[in-house]
Amino acid sequence: MSITLRNISKSYGPAKALNDISFNVEQGELFGLIGPDGAGKTTLFRILTTLLIQEEGEATVAGYDVITDYKAIRNHVGYMPGKFSLYQDLTVEENLNFFATIFDTTIDENYDLIKDIYVQIEPFKNRKAGKLSGGMKQKLALSCALIHKPKVLFLDEPTTGVDPVSRKEFWEMLKRLQQKNITILVSTPYMDEAELCDRIALITDGQILEINTPHSIIDAFPKKIYNVRASETYRLIQDLESYPNTHSAYPFGEYVHFTSRHSNFSPEDLMTFLKGKQHTGIEIFETIPTIEDTFMELSNTNTLATNA
Amino acid sequence: MKRFIGFIKKEFYHISRDKRSLFILFGMPIVQVLLFGFAITNEINKVDIAILDHSKDATTKEIINRIAASKYFSIKQFIHHETAIESAFKKGEVKAVLNFEKDFGKKMVTEDQATVQILADATDPNTANTISNYIRSILQTYTAEVNKNIQLAYQIEPKTHLAYNPTLKSVYMFVPGVMTVILMLVSAMMTSISITREKELGTMEVLLVSPLKPIQVIVGKVVPYVFLSIINAIIIVVLGIFVFQMPIQGNLFLLAAESVLFIINALSLGILISTIAATQQTAMMVSLMGLMLPVILLSGFIFPVSSMPTILQIISNIVPAKWFIIIIKGIMLKGVGLAYVWKETLILLGMTLFFIALSVKKYKIRLE
Amino acid sequence: MHKDHAIHVENLTKMFGDFTAVNNISFQVDKGEVFGFLGANGAGKTTAIKMLIGISRPTSGKANVAGYDVKSETEMVKKSIGYMSQKFSLYNDLTIKENITFFGGIYGLKKSVIKEKTQRLIDELGLNDVADKPVSSLPLGWKQKVAFSVSLLHDPKIIFLDEPTGGVDPITRRQFWNMIYREAHKGKTIFVTTHYMDEAEYCDRVSIMVEGKIEALDTPKNLKAQYKVDSMNKVFLKLARNIE
Repeated sequence: MSITLRNISKSYGPAKALNDISFNVEQGELFGLIGPDGAGKTTLFRILTTLLIQEEGEATVAGYDVITDYKAIRNHVGYMPGKFSLYQDLTVEENLNFFATIFDTTIDENYDLIKDIYVQIEPFKNRKAGKLSGGMKQKLALSCALIHKPKVLFLDEPTTGVDPVSRKEFWEMLKRLQQKNITILVSTPYMDEAELCDRIALITDGQILEINTPHSIIDAFPKKIYNVRASETYRLIQDLESYPNTHSAYPFGEYVHFTSRHSNFSPEDLMTFLKGKQHTGIEIFETIPTIEDTFMELSNTNTLATNA
Repeated sequence: MKRFIGFIKKEFYHISRDKRSLFILFGMPIVQVLLFGFAITNEINKVDIAILDHSKDATTKEIINRIAASKYFSIKQFIHHETAIESAFKKGEVKAVLNFEKDFGKKMVTEDQATVQILADATDPNTANTISNYIRSILQTYTAEVNKNIQLAYQIEPKTHLAYNPTLKSVYMFVPGVMTVILMLVSAMMTSISITREKELGTMEVLLVSPLKPIQVIVGKVVPYVFLSIINAIIIVVLGIFVFQMPIQGNLFLLAAESVLFIINALSLGILISTIAATQQTAMMVSLMGLMLPVILLSGFIFPVSSMPTILQIISNIVPAKWFIIIIKGIMLKGVGLAYVWKETLILLGMTLFFIALSVKKYKIRLE
Repeated sequence: MHKDHAIHVENLTKMFGDFTAVNNISFQVDKGEVFGFLGANGAGKTTAIKMLIGISRPTSGKANVAGYDVKSETEMVKKSIGYMSQKFSLYNDLTIKENITFFGGIYGLKKSVIKEKTQRLIDELGLNDVADKPVSSLPLGWKQKVAFSVSLLHDPKIIFLDEPTGGVDPITRRQFWNMIYREAHKGKTIFVTTHYMDEAEYCDRVSIMVEGKIEALDTPKNLKAQYKVDSMNKVFLKLARNIE
């Protein structure tokens, strides 16, 4: 077991940031913590990286206890906090050199590990980190977190605010790192990235909604889900919400994902209903649920989220 | 050790690349010394004065002529009654009034003693003090000459009365003062800002989650500023000596050693500030309000401690700068050795150890 | 300039020294349209938006927003638009009510109007319990919903939204889009940027900026057909790959 958490709780004043969190991450696993801002992801990362102390429960990283063995953990983990923590006034190479030195190593010593990533920013090695684009900063920050060959890598929202192209490249890099037997715990608010992880934990309001492989989570979705489309999306959503059998109707890309309250739902009835509301170009067909559908379904039953 | 050197190298990169802090580091001391040096000058030139002569005899005429002949004063008006003094001051027409008592010349001969009152406008205390000194000097020269000629010990006794600020003391202390202010500013403010900057950027998180020990981070932050502060102290002393002909009477090594002690004291205060401040802005505010103001106002740099209300005098004892100013004034101006300032040195040393202990205790190995 | 264009941009260019941040872009946005303005980081989106909302002066070219020229009628442009960004939307240390009052005051609304609008807005969003609490205590998604409502206070014709839903949970994100749709339905023009490609599908038309130029502009449906892919994400990846 590379990371273990047992009944971890943490509060800030009256607000519960984490509520009884337990899960394990195996050696070499790419584990995703999926949830919106304020779900408690960063607090969890800070406990595991020995920056905060939990109020209840126990946690270990690479076999070391996060409280008593914090010094050992600090030698063996790589950490990339939410904001890419680079020295803006140092060049790319100076940043990397600095992080290598404080871990008592050199760029050359571990070059094979970061080579893949570093070659992409090496042409700019004399540029100040503050002058890099978001995607390049992200790559530099990852190189810095990897330079000492950590056993466990903690990446807190590495793709937030980064465009889809850089995000895709970043995940490809993580997949390659995983081949080198590094355990990776990564958090993200983007649900579509969940499917790239081995296993994921869906987290909201300090609570875990579900832990499993992305595939199993999708398979466990309790309802049939339908893609619905009509020429006027806004009116379509409103009418779907007023349809008596509707359980949920959420826009998903070009379609609206619709679930019914009843298992014997017939698409024909809905078609008739929508036609009666003067919709045109109506399409209704069954589709595969996504992680995001599951997340919304679970958080709807778990919390008091109400429609505005 | 390699880690530690790498850390210090990084700090020097930061400092050398930040134009603003470079200016604060090296521009400020030079600008401040020059400003204080030339603004607080004891040269006066053609100051307007008024004469109230109750005697109008040969002696007072002679003295008045001498004053009028000097390049320092110009006699603007003769007034004839005490009541006119106040209004002359209020209108701002004159900076000083000379009031010769009745039968001045006669008293000088018969009683060996005559009185002339110097009233100076001490809304600008520095000028007032200088004016009164210059007039005294003219009077003394005159007495000396008269004594020589007549072989009799006539005495003119000037009675100085400084209107509006009767307990004026000298402020001609700017080199030690500026040195204290600059060392405090550079050491405390710059270190606290450079530590909080890492907190703000999030790099502190990464440093904490690394094998670097907290003490390495702190000392690594402090070492560059010890060097820079020493360079600053040297610049200020050199400027004082060569631009303002300020004599350094005492032992230079003692001066250097005391300065290093004060620098370390200020640095430990800077670290202490950074343990409580989360942002650079807070660090700057706390440094300015909590350190700079007391250094300027309560240390005796500008306002003498002895003329403060008792409560402020008591408070001034906890301002390290007060003790440092006493020490370097002693060394620079009076040329005293450790034998005379050991008490102050001990106080400063005690404060330094206390601050270091407190910051080590307060320094967090985690985020909260 | 066509009467039914909310935004009309012709050959708009912005240079910073030698660097061309926005390179000769032209496009129109119709009234009542939800217009998605996409692009990779550093593609020039933010610079373009800054010119359109009148806080950055174009190097060359013309832009007309709500019928006013962004160069010569900047003040009128600012009065006719609402703006909300992910980075700054509300003052965290003020309460919801105080924020609304403050922003209403900026736009010169009368006290009575502000009072009435504040109450209506709080009722609509169901925030009666927290109206007197500082904004910092709200979850991000709610904050963004309040910020959007605040940007509507002065009844602007066009609303610029710069990554309004970053980091917001999926349900609130959809509620937010519902609010956007509702305003568009009322005839307001929406100009929105986002990193969520599923949100790009919600727009009537989408433009994709690459290195300062608009490389594609059409309805999501047509774009997908043109690039022979089944999602906007893939359209974006095809266009913006090989960059950087």
